[in-house]
Amino acid sequence: MHGVVMVFFFLIPSIPAVLGNFLVPIMIGAKDLAFPRINLLSWYIYVLGGVFTLFAALSGGVDTGWTFYTPYSTAASNSHVMSAALGVFITGFSSILTGLNFIVTIHRMRAPGMTWFRLPLFIWAHYATSLIMILGTPVIAITVLMVAAERALHLGIFDPALGGDPVLFQHLFWFYSHPAVYIMILPAMGVISEIVQAFSRKNIFGYSFIAFSSLAIAVIGFFVWGHHLFVAGQSVYAGLIFSFISFLVAIPSAIKVFNWTATIYKGSVSLDSPMLYAFGFIGLFTIGGLTGLVLATMGIDIHVHDTYFVVAHFHYIMVGGAIMGYLGGLHYWWPKMTGKLYSEAWSKFSALIVFVGFNLTFFPQFIAGYIGMPRRYHAYPPEFQVLNVLSSAGASILAVGYIIPLIYFMYSLVAGEKAANDPWGSRGLEWEIPSPPPTENFTVTPVVTEGTHQYVHPSQEVGVA
Amino acid sequence: MLDRHAEHFPGPIHQPPLVANVDAIQPGVHAEHAYHPRLQHHFDDMEQQVEASTLGMWVFLVTEIMFFGGLFMAYLVYRWASPTGFQEASNHLNVTWGAVNTAVLICSSLTMALGVRAAQTSAPARTQVGWIVATMVLGAAFLGVKVIEYTDKFTHHLVPGPNFVWEGQYPAAAEIFYSLYFCMTGLHALHMIIGLGIMTVIAIMAWRGQFDSTYYTPVEVSGLYWHFVDIVWIFLFPLLYLIGYHYH
Ligand SMILES: [Cu+2]
Repeated sequence: MHGVVMVFFFLIPSIPAVLGNFLVPIMIGAKDLAFPRINLLSWYIYVLGGVFTLFAALSGGVDTGWTFYTPYSTAASNSHVMSAALGVFITGFSSILTGLNFIVTIHRMRAPGMTWFRLPLFIWAHYATSLIMILGTPVIAITVLMVAAERALHLGIFDPALGGDPVLFQHLFWFYSHPAVYIMILPAMGVISEIVQAFSRKNIFGYSFIAFSSLAIAVIGFFVWGHHLFVAGQSVYAGLIFSFISFLVAIPSAIKVFNWTATIYKGSVSLDSPMLYAFGFIGLFTIGGLTGLVLATMGIDIHVHDTYFVVAHFHYIMVGGAIMGYLGGLHYWWPKMTGKLYSEAWSKFSALIVFVGFNLTFFPQFIAGYIGMPRRYHAYPPEFQVLNVLSSAGASILAVGYIIPLIYFMYSLVAGEKAANDPWGSRGLEWEIPSPPPTENFTVTPVVTEGTHQYVHPSQEVGVA
Repeated sequence: MLDRHAEHFPGPIHQPPLVANVDAIQPGVHAEHAYHPRLQHHFDDMEQQVEASTLGMWVFLVTEIMFFGGLFMAYLVYRWASPTGFQEASNHLNVTWGAVNTAVLICSSLTMALGVRAAQTSAPARTQVGWIVATMVLGAAFLGVKVIEYTDKFTHHLVPGPNFVWEGQYPAAAEIFYSLYFCMTGLHALHMIIGLGIMTVIAIMAWRGQFDSTYYTPVEVSGLYWHFVDIVWIFLFPLLYLIGYHYH
């Protein structure tokens, strides 16, 4: 249940829906997304899917995990698989429509002068994300539909008792669900690319490498799903190939990390809260990514498969990566979206709390998993006690770190100071229009003359003698 | 507070604007131009609007390919696992009805294309509506044949589940085959029904005289959808009906 809600209803829509819907049109100089009504429709669809999932949660939950593995989900489980699966199916269409809208918008709505290589890197990240959304999401939709058909109508598709093949389900499921990891992390990478430039006051190091590494992650990400099936009866040769391709994803990911670091190097760095989250992202994503290589190695994976090592790994990517990126983006664009300033001291403090709480929660899980604690059990032998207590304590600290922003963001809406057009001194189309922007963003379609974050030397600035 | 952050940066924050026309980024009043009455407010001109709608439909069709792709993948895996079982099972489908339906759908694609052409050439509303209604009649005929076929499967206990009866050599493969048959043709039929709904709206719009050579995008993109659904059937027909044709 935790997985279903977090993956399908938070991590996947968070950045594209909250920041992307707002920023994609502004950053490319458009008045709105190409299909505003489809955008609204995808919100309604999301709510409808949420209602089904909420029903499943309130009426006793679903005990299959977010992966809905067959034949347990179709033949054995007597929890609320149907409503949870329908919730996932329905909300998938909101994701598809968002991806479709972004792709058409980025292709057709760019302002004159906004060439592909002047696009902010946030846009490139969202373009790559949208590609995964439109190519991957329909596959999970049809897969959960087949699960529903097998469960409700006893059509034999995945259940071996009915002649089906459960491994086929795992192939179809992970064909979407591995790329879905990149749906969650790519937008966060786009956010980090923007923040790193704004708070180092430097143009990005290796623009086209970062832009194309987003596309590379999206494309390669579609050919690695088999690393989830190393112990599921997949052939060793298939496993070898999937293992090798999984290693390849590390290259574009590393390009991003190195280029962000090179951007910060010798920059005029200011440690405001968005930048703190960006630092958190770079460090934690690196740990999550490197442990991903450990797991992609077939021999080691057999040792740590289904242990807390895996749990720690993907939380470093999802929470340490995606959520850090989301919070960073929220802090960076909050003044633009709401027109209000929040408390800087509190925001720095909470960024610190989140970082400490996160590491205390999940780092012990690497150790627990490596020495053999399996996932999905509530009981464990006494030697894991200390690590588990540390982890629980960390989770409490993390919760505090998440509640503080909730409070000061709310407070800023009521009593925050008014934000100027460009409170951070960043350069980008979104910072040249009022905060919050008018309904149609721009009075007339802008004619763009250069890319974003091209910071000029102080002596060349306008109004300086 | 945040505006203090400007002080961290070297120098004042007055950067030259990124845009050549400063009036774009300053709040003001809209300059009203003579626009096409169908132009939506967030597009610059009709060309951009048409391009966006058309690309939108193509992207949507890509998602549809992936959607059906999951079922084709399942078909591929199970047919590869038991080729003879699939041939035996396929033999019990009615090739004649399948062939009739294929012909019906190909004709409906023709009438659809003629409907688009009628709108593009500003043909009278009657002509436009005529082609679209013809398309709908053919689509409904297809669904009618499908009902006959489904009823036949029900009466012969060919619907997977507890009542499934198979007298051939490969009952397990046959049950999988018919599971896939109902999933694939059922999903296709659902797309046909949605297509009929879309065509109803298009017919009403055409009847009101909303389409002419300056504005026909709705007919065109709905036509794309209709052709796509036809093409799916062109793949389903041989894969489901014809693989057992020589197996007796
Ligand atoms: Cu994976």
